[in-house]
Amino acid sequence: MQNRNQMKLEFDARSVNEGFARMAVAAFIAEENPTLDEISDIKTAVSEAVTNAIIHGYDDPEQKVAVICKIEGRNVEIVVEDKGKGIADVKTAMEPFYTTRPELERSGMGFAFMEAFMDEVQVISAPGEGTKVIMRKKIGA
Amino acid sequence: MENYYEREKGSLTVVMPREIDHHQANQLRVETDMLIEAYHVRHLVFDFSKTEFMDSSGIGVIIGRCKNLGYQGGEVSAKNLNDRIQKIFLVSGLQKIIKVEEN
Ligand SMILES: Nc1ncnc2c1ncn2[C@@H]1O[C@H](COP(=O)(O)OP(=O)(O)O)[C@@H](O)[C@H]1O
Ligand SMILES: [Mg+2]
Repeated sequence: MQNRNQMKLEFDARSVNEGFARMAVAAFIAEENPTLDEISDIKTAVSEAVTNAIIHGYDDPEQKVAVICKIEGRNVEIVVEDKGKGIADVKTAMEPFYTTRPELERSGMGFAFMEAFMDEVQVISAPGEGTKVIMRKKIGA
Repeated sequence: MENYYEREKGSLTVVMPREIDHHQANQLRVETDMLIEAYHVRHLVFDFSKTEFMDSSGIGVIIGRCKNLGYQGGEVSAKNLNDRIQKIFLVSGLQKIIKVEEN
């Protein structure tokens, strides 16, 4: 029988929750005995997606960010979702060094990191509706 | 700032925090810039010996300091990178932008 498990977190769009979100996901997947490298990869990807929801998705910190984490055997799927501003051109947004907030010293490397550290990254977004980032990684492969 | 020290005049080493994300980045930026001004820093060294986590927000802070110091003819380098931080430097291309001192 392969392991199945799922959790959902919802929290305010406050930067203090970036650390909380990646720690919670790391703790949730620990049961599957990932390597330290796999844990770090997943923590980095979660941090990027959650930070984006907080910085780019919302202006109001009372708005909510959701993180869903699903485990099916060795497959981990993480969904990070906001109901904020959305992205008009996802392909351009995902290009390395592309940022709409250079004044905040954003590096534009967030999506590049998600793609480098996860096996698969999918972004569903529409202006005014929000953004959903779906990331998958096989652990212990 | 957790820690910093002046090795020689104008050369300041900043010991980076344990975790560098967007939440931490702002304080790190403000404090580093204050030190750069106070110590008339020409050579800034980021010491990663205590750092276990860094995401792309940290890259933004480092590149920002490189630009600022670069305008004034200064330089930035990094040292004591563990495997994880080395991977982050590699993926972001940072190791091509700043000098990494041998451990
Ligand atoms: N959740 C989001 N909501 C709205 N816009 C986003 C979101 N995530 C990313 N973006 C857009 O995509 C761009 C690139 O994101 P990223 O690669 O993480 O770089 P950075 O965060 O450094 O700007 C952002 O500058 C922003 O314009
Ligand atoms: Mg980002």
